[in-house]
Amino acid sequence: MVCEMETDDHQNEEMDVEVLSSMWPEDVGTEADNNQFNVGDSDTLKEVDIAEKRTMADLKRLPELMNTTDQGSSQLTNLVKQWEYMQDHAVRLLREELKILTRQREEAEAKELKIIEEHNFETEEPENVPVLDETSDLFRRFKEKKRDKLVGRKRIEIDEEFDTVAYWKQKALSLEKMLEASTERERRLIEKLNESLKTMESHSAPVEELTQNLKRAEGFLHFILQNAPIVMGHQDKDLRYLFIYNKFPTLREHDILGKTDVEIFHGGGVKESEDFKREVLEKGKASKREITFETDLFGSKTFLIYVEPVYNKAGEKIGINYMGMEVTDQVIKREKMAKLREDNAVRKAMESELNKTIHITEETMRAKQMLATMSHEIRSPLSGVVGMAEILSTTKLDKEQRQLLNVMISSGDLVLQLINDILDLSKVESGVMKLEATKFRPREVVKHVLQTAAASLKKDLTLEGNIADEVPILVVGDVLRIRQILTNLISNAIKFTHQGKVGIKLKVIPEPAFASDNALKADAEEQNGLDETSVWICCDVYDTGIGIPENALPCLFKKYMQASADHARKYGGTGLGLAICKQLVELMGGQLTVTSQVNVGSTFTFILPYKVATSNDHSDDQEEFSDMVDHQPEPDDSTEGYFQFKPLLGSIYSNGGPIIGNNFLPHKVMLTSPVKLINGQSETVQVENGGYMDETRHETRSGHCPESAQQYENGNDRYPSKESESCSSSQASSEMESELTVSSPREEAKNETEVKETSKQPKILLVEDNKINIMVAKSMMKQLGYTFDIANNGVEAITAINGSSYDLVLMDVCMPVLDGLKATRLIRSYEESGTWDAAVEAGVDIKTLEDKQTCVRSTNRLPIIAMTANTLSESSEECYANGMDSFISKPVTLQKLKECLKQYLH
Amino acid sequence: MLGLGVDRLQADINRLLTSLFHQGVLDEQFLQLQQLQDDTSPTFVYDVINIYFDESEKLLRNLRLLLMDREFSDYKKIGLHLNQLVGSSSSIGARRVRNVCVAFRSASELNNRPGCLRGLEVVEHEYHYLKNMMHELFQVLIHVISYTHNSLYNYLIDPT
Repeated sequence: MVCEMETDDHQNEEMDVEVLSSMWPEDVGTEADNNQFNVGDSDTLKEVDIAEKRTMADLKRLPELMNTTDQGSSQLTNLVKQWEYMQDHAVRLLREELKILTRQREEAEAKELKIIEEHNFETEEPENVPVLDETSDLFRRFKEKKRDKLVGRKRIEIDEEFDTVAYWKQKALSLEKMLEASTERERRLIEKLNESLKTMESHSAPVEELTQNLKRAEGFLHFILQNAPIVMGHQDKDLRYLFIYNKFPTLREHDILGKTDVEIFHGGGVKESEDFKREVLEKGKASKREITFETDLFGSKTFLIYVEPVYNKAGEKIGINYMGMEVTDQVIKREKMAKLREDNAVRKAMESELNKTIHITEETMRAKQMLATMSHEIRSPLSGVVGMAEILSTTKLDKEQRQLLNVMISSGDLVLQLINDILDLSKVESGVMKLEATKFRPREVVKHVLQTAAASLKKDLTLEGNIADEVPILVVGDVLRIRQILTNLISNAIKFTHQGKVGIKLKVIPEPAFASDNALKADAEEQNGLDETSVWICCDVYDTGIGIPENALPCLFKKYMQASADHARKYGGTGLGLAICKQLVELMGGQLTVTSQVNVGSTFTFILPYKVATSNDHSDDQEEFSDMVDHQPEPDDSTEGYFQFKPLLGSIYSNGGPIIGNNFLPHKVMLTSPVKLINGQSETVQVENGGYMDETRHETRSGHCPESAQQYENGNDRYPSKESESCSSSQASSEMESELTVSSPREEAKNETEVKETSKQPKILLVEDNKINIMVAKSMMKQLGYTFDIANNGVEAITAINGSSYDLVLMDVCMPVLDGLKATRLIRSYEESGTWDAAVEAGVDIKTLEDKQTCVRSTNRLPIIAMTANTLSESSEECYANGMDSFISKPVTLQKLKECLKQYLH
Repeated sequence: MLGLGVDRLQADINRLLTSLFHQGVLDEQFLQLQQLQDDTSPTFVYDVINIYFDESEKLLRNLRLLLMDREFSDYKKIGLHLNQLVGSSSSIGARRVRNVCVAFRSASELNNRPGCLRGLEVVEHEYHYLKNMMHELFQVLIHVISYTHNSLYNYLIDPT
């Protein structure tokens, strides 16, 4: 019983100890809590202040702030908690230790119990043995009791048992020893316990630990914030600074603390930040904003500002915490990026726009190409149709049939003209068209354009040409194109003029403003043109016609456009002419403009740059001047500045009398020209002068050939005009007869077929390497009533030409050994020099024939017609450049061959 | 009886020619050839086409030989041969042969060997097609002529 009691007691004691040990860290914790505020915090802040001279802080207020605000207390709570965790950890360790000790004690007890049990077994002691106590006092008592009991028993045992006393003594001694050992152990344990208690006490001073913690935290913050461009602060409800941390302070502490932003500094952004802070304070919600300051204090800087409201423990707002980071560079970068991105987007948009445009352009180009191809495809069969119709018209027909046929031919002609226009236009637009620089006399060009126009004139109109004196006699330009433009404008003018006059006026003007934009181009031209000087000539084509309403002017030069649908119906035409003129003029670096007044007239003006050619260098220009040399001095019309052509109606003027009197041509010249005029057609009697013959033949071709520009250079002015007059008179009569339009070339073609029949059989040379082509050509020639010689390549051709004289050469361009272009060049050089030197140089073996050559023939220009496989203008240009006169595109058709022969033979 | 046969054969010829025109095998130039054929040269078309075939066969053989030379293909020579072929094909109005020859030629100008080989194949194919068609045409033609023109018939059967 006692033992049990004691055990309880002991247990109680044990529990007490445990409670005590588990209690004290909490005690310490609360202690630390108090300390933290008073000691730890102020300490840390002091350190901050001392270590960091740059930092400003209101030390007096801060602890107070820490105490009163949630933020402050929460931080402290955190620290306390951390400390508590550590203490808890220590307690746990101690407890574990205690547990081990307890276990050891229990083991000892168990051993003792065992001993007692043993004893009990022997002495029949009750099993219920009191548990050993650690205290010596208890132990003693226990021992005493035990001894008492033992004594009692011994007595009984001695009485009852027969064992010796020595035995018991021994037993008692051994028990004593065991007890002593146990006591010793117990003592040591107590010592240990005391020791650990002491160490615990030493740990129990939390202040240092907390200080260290805080130091670490402070060090960490310092380390992090050392170089950060950050301003931190706390402001009270009135937005007065209570605390500020600023890495780069420009103001002193006392300048800031207790003041508001507005009081401290001025400038852009200050008010905004103040407002923002107030807003946060009012709303009670933390937020961020970027504010750009523009102050005298630190210049222009952008800050990202974070403001949060601060509450005290009662939940009342007491101010704001404010943190600003300088982000000026970032903002600049960001803005740059934004700008770049914007630029990028714009560029992308532009790119896609451009792509679209390119796509459209490509489509347009393709469409144009398509149109050109189609037109080309249409032209060949159509020319067949028209050609057949022409042939048909030469047969015997009654009046009605002839009328129908004439309609057919004129319609066909119209379509052909349209197609040619389209092809021209597409050539200009696609840039395939190349300009040729040839010398020409502007006066003559004007005159001939007017002449040809007068030739087909069916109205009572006066055509006049007026050329200013300062216009050079000889200029360089693309005469073919210029003629085309003039012809086009003139025929246009005539078309829309019913009475009065139509004329061309030429004058020299200073370089126009738009030309200086093309300065580069001009420079390039200058370089090419050696020492030639440039001149700008303004050409007016005026009429007294119906005029053009102002609103129709803008679309005048557009393709397929006419001033109005009414006009289109009334006057016909394709509406392509002016567009082509404009494009041609622009291609040559000029400008085409128009002024007009309804019912008064229109004036089309084009300005073009020309190079002035000196007229004394014509020795190298045989083609133009060959026939000037051997003519006796004749009145030179090259300086004549005024022409006038009166309408030639009916056959009234067919003898030319009144016209000559009417200043038709001011020069009276003898009619010694080798040309007879029969019924409006010219027939050349003298054949020796081949070049001359060519020219006369060209006269009535209304400017289709570039050579015609030079055709009247020999000063024989009367006969061509007379011819054109007679031609048009015959035309006029035929017109009257049929009452239907038949253009003059057509008429002439009819005439020439007749001419052909009367002329002698010409000698033709076909230069061709392809058997099939030869065969086909031969058959065609046979059908046309010609025969020809054959050469298989350029060398053979030269040999043949050297051997006998030909009237025409049909030359394949692409041939082995010596191609057509080279061969032509060699032939031309022979014609100029009278020797085959160039050919020999090129490796052609013709020395055996050299002595046969005659000087007479060298003055003749042998017509050479190229036969090309592709019809691109490039290759035709090449043909012309190499001295060929014309070209037939392959495959050669009967029609093409016929036309060509018609042109060059008779 | 005889007349009916000729009519039918003539219709056959027309049908054949029409289909050839539609396919683009032939073009107007062939009609030119037909136009050139008259009483003084009644077998003109036949003769020309035969020469064309002879020549072309030679050219094609040469082209194949030139292209088979793996190490070195003389593109210039190939170009010359093709020029010939293009020229004669366009002369007789063999449009499709001509067109594929032009493509072949542009490949040869670029020294594009695979392109050339492909070109040759296509040209040969077109050529053989044309030849077969022409052969068919002439067969019918010979029948027509055999009905009408004995001496010509003999000529066409054995031109020597």
